[in-house]
Amino acid sequence: MLSLILKRILEAIPTLLVLITVSFFLMHFAPGSPLTSERGLPPEIMANIAAKYHLDEPVTSQYLRYLWNILQGDLGASFVHKDFTINDLVAQSFPVSAEIGVWSFIVAVVIGVGCGIFAALRQNSWIDYSVMAFANLGIVLPNFVLAPLCILFFSIYLQWLPSGGWNDGAWPYLVMPVIAMSTSYIAQIARITRGSMIETMHSNFIRTARAKGLPGYKIVLQHALRPAIVPVLSYLGPAFVGIITGSVIVDVYFSTGGIGQHFVNGAINRDYPMVMAVTILIGSLTILFNAIVDILYALIDPKIRY
Amino acid sequence: MKLKQSLIASAVLAAALGASYVQAAKVPEGVKLAAVQEIVKGGESEPATLDQQKLQGTPGSLRGRDLFEGLFNEDGDGNLIPGVATSYDANEDNTVYTFHLRDDAKWSNGDSVTAHDFVFAFQRLVDPKTAADYAWFAELPGMINATDIINGKKPATELGVEAADDYTFVVRLEKPNAYFPKMTIHNTLFPAPKKVIEKWGDDWTKQDHIVFNGAYVLDKWNVNEKMVLVRNPMYWNDKETVINKVTYLPIPDVSVEFKRYQAGEMDLTSYTGIPTNRYKQLMKDTPDEVHITPQLGTYYYLFNTTKAPFDDVRVRKALSYAIDRDIIVKYVKGTGELPAYGFTPDIVNGFNPIKPDYATWTQAERNEKAKELLAEAGFGPSNPLKFPLLYNTNDQHKKVAVAIASMWKKNIGVTATLENQEWKTYLDTRNTQNFSVARAGWIGDYNEASTFLQILTTTAGSNDGKYSNAEYDRLMNEASSMQDPSVNYAKAEDILINQDMGIAPIYTYITKRLVKPYVGGYMPNPEDNTYTRDQYIIAH
Repeated sequence: MLSLILKRILEAIPTLLVLITVSFFLMHFAPGSPLTSERGLPPEIMANIAAKYHLDEPVTSQYLRYLWNILQGDLGASFVHKDFTINDLVAQSFPVSAEIGVWSFIVAVVIGVGCGIFAALRQNSWIDYSVMAFANLGIVLPNFVLAPLCILFFSIYLQWLPSGGWNDGAWPYLVMPVIAMSTSYIAQIARITRGSMIETMHSNFIRTARAKGLPGYKIVLQHALRPAIVPVLSYLGPAFVGIITGSVIVDVYFSTGGIGQHFVNGAINRDYPMVMAVTILIGSLTILFNAIVDILYALIDPKIRY
Repeated sequence: MKLKQSLIASAVLAAALGASYVQAAKVPEGVKLAAVQEIVKGGESEPATLDQQKLQGTPGSLRGRDLFEGLFNEDGDGNLIPGVATSYDANEDNTVYTFHLRDDAKWSNGDSVTAHDFVFAFQRLVDPKTAADYAWFAELPGMINATDIINGKKPATELGVEAADDYTFVVRLEKPNAYFPKMTIHNTLFPAPKKVIEKWGDDWTKQDHIVFNGAYVLDKWNVNEKMVLVRNPMYWNDKETVINKVTYLPIPDVSVEFKRYQAGEMDLTSYTGIPTNRYKQLMKDTPDEVHITPQLGTYYYLFNTTKAPFDDVRVRKALSYAIDRDIIVKYVKGTGELPAYGFTPDIVNGFNPIKPDYATWTQAERNEKAKELLAEAGFGPSNPLKFPLLYNTNDQHKKVAVAIASMWKKNIGVTATLENQEWKTYLDTRNTQNFSVARAGWIGDYNEASTFLQILTTTAGSNDGKYSNAEYDRLMNEASSMQDPSVNYAKAEDILINQDMGIAPIYTYITKRLVKPYVGGYMPNPEDNTYTRDQYIIAH
C-alpha cells in the first residue's frame, strides 16, 4: 500500500509539469493578451504596462519565472482583479466552491446510490421506470436551465429562498446551488448504481446467500453493495474533483463568488496566472482523488491487487 | 469661461438662497424616510482595482464615486458642482488652472485631503512605474511634460502640477484648454493618499491599508459576490448623507440581475439592467421603475479603410446608407435607443452638429443613393460585393449584425457573412486590421465632443479602421487649444460622416435602469455619473 502511494506521488510530479507546460504555452499562443483592450492604448503606455508584468520578455523566460514562482507558492498577480493576488482569490473562492461541492456530493451520493439500489431491486417495475425517467431528465436538463428555474420557483414565486449571494455559506444560500449542482450527478450515480447492482444481484454468491435464507436487507447491504459500488467509485473520483472545483453556471446564476467563474473569466480576459492556478488546482486534485479511489478499490475489493 | 461663470453664478445663487451649494441627499419636505437606510445596487462586473489612477472601465468608476471624491462632481444635468474643490480660476488663455480646495475634506484615517494629494495623484497617473491604462488622460489636455514622463524621458516630479499651499492646487497646460475642469470628474484625476501609498506601495489597496475620501468606505469585498460600503464619518459632508450602507452586486449577466431585482433583493440595477425581451412588459406593469437615459456612447460599424474596397468612400457611404436605423432601434433593440447618423451623440454638452445629408432623407432615398454609389464603385448584380462582418460573440451584437446583413442584401444586394470571435481575439483582429467591417462601440470619458472625435484622428490608438483625413486631424488639433471649439467639432464631424463616412454610426447607447420607487435622489446624467450620497430610501 505504501509503495502504491509513493508511486502515485512520483507519477504526479511529471504529470503536473506537463500539464503546467502545455497549459502555459497554449494560453500564451491564444490571440490577444491580458493587455489587449478596446481603448487602444498609446504604445508607450502599453510598453509601461507590459514591462510591469514582464510581458515584454520572451515567453520561455516568462515560463521559467512562472515555474520558479509557483515552486515558492506564489501563483502570481491577477490582471483582472489587480487588488488581489491569485493566492488571495483562490483562498477566497475555493472554499465557497468546495462547500457547495461537498454538500452536492453528499446529496448526490446518498440520493443517487439510494435510487439506484431501489430501482435495481424493483427492476422493470413502475418504481424502476420512474427513477430512471428522473435520472434521464437530470442528465438532459442542464444546470443553466435548472438554475434559473429554481430561482423563478423558490425566490420569485414562493419567495422562500434568496435568489443569489453567499453570505458566508448560510444554509438558505446553499440550497439552490446544491440543487443545481447535484442533479446531474444524482442522475449519473443512480444509473451506474442500478446497472451494477442488477449485475451483482444475478451473480452466484447472491444466489447462494438467498439459498441459505439470509434476509433481503442483509443480502443487499452486506453482500451485494460492496461489489456493486466499485464501478460507482471509479466515477466518483473525478466527479468529486469536478463538483468541488465549482461550476461557472452556479457561480454566475447564484453570485456565489466560487472559483468556477474565475476560471472562465480568466480565460476570456487572458488572465494567465488565474487560468494557470485553477488548472493546477484541478490537475492536482484529479491526481489526488484518482489515487484515493485506487486505494479504496483495494480496500473494498479483495480481488484487486496492485 | 462660460463654465466658470455658470459655476460662480450658481454659487452666488445658492449663497443668496442660504442653501449649501454642495452635493448631498436633498430629501424633499414631507417625504418620510425609511428606518433602514441601506441600498443594494447592480454593480455590472467586478472593478479591476480600487486604485483610482489605475482604474479603467465603468464598474470601477461607479464604486469609485462613492469611495473617493475628486475636484468636482456632476449633477443630474451634467453640470459641474464642487467636490474637494470649491471653485477654480483660469488664466486668460486657459493654460493655468488654480483649484481652491476646501479645508475640511479628510481621508478616512483622519488626515486632511490637501493639494499635495492631488499633485501626488496626477504624478502617479503619468509615472511609468504606475503603468496606468489612463495615463493618456493627463496627455489629452496637454499637462506640461506629461508625454515625456510617460515615455520615461523625465521624472514624474516634472509634471505641470503644483501645490501652491495646502489648499491651492495648480495645473499648468502646454496649450490652452477650455474643458479641463470637466475632465476632473473622471476617477483617474481623483486624489491619492500620499502618506498611505508611500508607506505601503502597491499593497496600499489591500483592505487593511486603503483609505478613502468619499462618502463611503469599504467594509467587505467578496469577489464575484458583493462589495459592501459603509458611511465614512470623516467625509466632510457626512451630515447630509442619508444612506448608511451600499452593497454592490457584481452581476454582468442582465437576466441574472433582473431576477435578483424581481426577487426584491436589489433596489437599483446596473445601467444595462433591463432585458430586451422584458422592456415592453415592464413599461406596462411598472413604468415608474423604468429609467431610460441617453448615454454618451455610440454603437457603430468600423470600415477597414486600409483595405479595398473599403478605402472607397462610395462603398462606405453605400453600406452606411443602406442601414435602416429606425428598424434597428425599434425592432432589434427596442429599449429606447436613439438612431445615430453621426459619431458624436447630439446630447454632448456644447456640441452643435451640422446634420448630415442622409439623416434628412427617407430610407427609400438612402437605398436608391446607395445603389448608385455602389454601381459607380463597380459593384452590381454581375459583380456583387461580398465581405465578412466581424463582431464579438454576444447575442445582442449578433441580432444587430443579422439585421444589418439582411438590410444590405435586400436593399443593395451586398452579401455580408457573419463572423464572430470571442472578445480578446476580436480585439486582436481589429487592432491588426485583419477585418473588413467590424462592430464597435465607444463610451465617452467626459461630456465633451473631443472624447469621441479624438479617437478617429490618424494616430489615435483606438482608430482600428485607420481612418485618416488631414483636415480632420488639423481641426481636432486646433480645437484642443480653442476657447470655443464647438465650430471645429461640428466641421470635423461633418468631414468624418457627411464627407468621408469613416465609420457607419448605428445608434446612441442608453442607460436602462430599473429603480425601485422608494429610492429617492436618483439623478441620471448622460455619463451615468451618479452618487449614492445623493440618494435616500423612502419609507415603503
